[in-house]
Amino acid sequence: MLYNLPFVAVVVLTIIGLATIVLKRNLIKIFLGITILESAVNLFLVSLGYREGGIAPIYTNAPDRLMVLPTPQALTLTSIVIGVATTALLLSFAIVIWKKYGSIEIGFLRRLKE
Amino acid sequence: MRMSKIVRTGACILYPLIIVFGLYVVVHGHLTPGGGFQGGAVIATAAALVLVAFSHADIAGMVRKIVFSAQESLGLLLFIGAGILGLLAGAPFFANILANSGLLFGLAVPPGSNPGDLNTAGVIPIMNIAVGVEVWGGLAIILMYLFSATGGEGA
Amino acid sequence: MIPPFVIENSPALMVIVPFVAAFIAPFSGRVAPALRALVVGGAMAITSAITLLLASDVYAHGTRLYVFGAQAATLAVPPDSGGIPVRIMFTVDPMSALMLVITAISAFAVVLYSLTSERHHSGLGSYYTLFLLMVTGILGMVSTGDIFNFFVFLEILSIASAGLIAFRIDGGVAVEAAIKYFVLSTIGALAILFAIGIYYGEYNALNMALIAQRMQFTLLDQLALVLIIAALAMKCGAVPMHFWTPDAYSMAPSSITALLVVASQASLYGLFRTVFSLYNIALNAACVGWLIIILGVLSMVVGVTMAIPQKNVKRLMAYHAISQTGYMLLGVGVGLAVLGNQPLLDAFGYMAMEGGIFHIINHAMYKGLLFLTAGAIFFRIGTYDLNKMGGLGHSMKWTMIFFIIGALAIAGIPPFNGFASKLMIYESVFAFNPVLSVIAMVVSILTLASFVKVFHSIFMGPVLPEYKDVREVPRPMLAGMGILALVVILFGIFPSLVVETLVAPAAHALADQGMYIAAVIGGGV
Repeated sequence: MLYNLPFVAVVVLTIIGLATIVLKRNLIKIFLGITILESAVNLFLVSLGYREGGIAPIYTNAPDRLMVLPTPQALTLTSIVIGVATTALLLSFAIVIWKKYGSIEIGFLRRLKE
Repeated sequence: MRMSKIVRTGACILYPLIIVFGLYVVVHGHLTPGGGFQGGAVIATAAALVLVAFSHADIAGMVRKIVFSAQESLGLLLFIGAGILGLLAGAPFFANILANSGLLFGLAVPPGSNPGDLNTAGVIPIMNIAVGVEVWGGLAIILMYLFSATGGEGA
Repeated sequence: MIPPFVIENSPALMVIVPFVAAFIAPFSGRVAPALRALVVGGAMAITSAITLLLASDVYAHGTRLYVFGAQAATLAVPPDSGGIPVRIMFTVDPMSALMLVITAISAFAVVLYSLTSERHHSGLGSYYTLFLLMVTGILGMVSTGDIFNFFVFLEILSIASAGLIAFRIDGGVAVEAAIKYFVLSTIGALAILFAIGIYYGEYNALNMALIAQRMQFTLLDQLALVLIIAALAMKCGAVPMHFWTPDAYSMAPSSITALLVVASQASLYGLFRTVFSLYNIALNAACVGWLIIILGVLSMVVGVTMAIPQKNVKRLMAYHAISQTGYMLLGVGVGLAVLGNQPLLDAFGYMAMEGGIFHIINHAMYKGLLFLTAGAIFFRIGTYDLNKMGGLGHSMKWTMIFFIIGALAIAGIPPFNGFASKLMIYESVFAFNPVLSVIAMVVSILTLASFVKVFHSIFMGPVLPEYKDVREVPRPMLAGMGILALVVILFGIFPSLVVETLVAPAAHALADQGMYIAAVIGGGV
């Protein structure tokens, strides 16, 4: 059970993230929802590589013990880097919308339809 | 909008230390936890600290954005250049031809646990430094653009 | 003539060249705009040349492997790895080669076009950076053999395209479209990453060939399949996840829209690659095949019915793009539905797949051409509104000719390329299920009707007073459109040649999972 706890957290975070994206009407909150979803996926990747009692996979002055898998950590890191770029781009979109429309509620994003 | 004098002085004292720590994380990327991206992000927090403590207008008067974007491009080109080293030696792109060669970063690494020698791992430290430079410039320029939008109340 | 070094390293070089150029372009532009044009145009020409070289090499000698960072480029399975392929690798099989050809031709035509059409706009340094990153993303996506690498290139592509969709802020409207596109594509990409996590947890592998070899098709694999199909179907604009497409396509600069079409095809490639190379007969082929067929039919019908009432010429074309995507899904879906049943596959399955794949390349060409003509009209008169246009045929003759070529091709009129691929789809799908074939034909007729109307309102009629001194667009833009028009005509005149040399190997490579696995795992030992 304890071993599965991270996966439970992944499910909970996914639900929170998706609910935020779908239910909130403020752009910043929607972007926060995306970030939460991203954290859920990152947690999923890291916990896949975890082995009970394992240490960080670094050989510098390492004690002779089981190590966790390095690949998922590399994947997670890449995904975090991409996440930074994504968040920065989304936030700059929000700034432009704020400057042009004076609001970041998605109710105001209707000009495309006209 | 500037913050109080305490914050500004604190930021001035802290930011060189943050940069040094970030550089340490970048350079030791192949030996200890961390690496180019993490170190670069640490250094970028120094930029964030200064931007928060002072105003964007102050900082924009000191550093031009083109410096950071040049740094970003330079980092990327250095990274690609490290990959092309492999091509030049007749191996595939990204091949680590410097490792165990006795040249720059070229000492052999004993298998298993080891004390960690900085002068190892071939092109990996070079790539770490390249990524560090690039992330430093990239995140700093992102922060500067985001802060530039806050300049002038309500604009 | 061509140094062997270039051919050996072509898979790496085709990604390196645009990537390096992307970061030199903004600085060369500070020296002189002409230098930037030279850097961007030159880099794209070199990239296209290398890409075509690689594609021709793949068609001549079979699947190419390129292992990054190994001792030798083809050493997928090093002797000390225990028979497991390690490292990130590019696996360029004929299907990837076909996508490479599409990207090379379209991207080159678009660069030629946008060097002139964007000349008077600001921020061109970042425009070309993002443009070249988009090309890098597409080239990487279609040639990678590592599923995580696929995700990385997909994200490079989405971030660059989101930036470009928002590029003309246009009072905030373009940013709205970009937000819509980018939020959806980020969620899609996270779904794909989740699926990648599932594969890694189950099979300890990220290499597509190795995952394919170990594929068990457990419940988790089904979940991963659903996530990937949903995400990639969304990214290629299939109904019911299509609503970002008209917004993004209509708000992006026209030259970018032409490349976005190719980007959507790359997502479609990812979908087909997953279904055929990763799962193949392990999955319940009939069920998933029908799922893709239904997605396809829905896209065809909804796309064309939504297109007819549109007033904005680019929105109209965008809805037609959705509808045409449906044909590809239909063709390849029929092939998937009969996968594993060799007699049926030989009877019409391969032909349906060839039709669908042939339609991918045709669609990229004529749809790119149509968007470029829409951009040319905008370049001169500054509006996309069909009600405000009229009588342009008198002054913009070449643009009109290119528009006619594109419109007839999309409607499936001989002798243009759309006819060739649609005929293959009609015939083979008729053997599978006549109703589907009839729907496809009706959609085609509606497409023709819609484009006749558009043609009439843009080009026919008397010269409007406000447009009486409109001139033809500059030559480089015509050259960009001309390249695509030439391909449309050539593919229409020699369809059997194209099918035999380009499309049939791609369809067989896609259907034959064993060959794909052997190319990676059997190759290096």
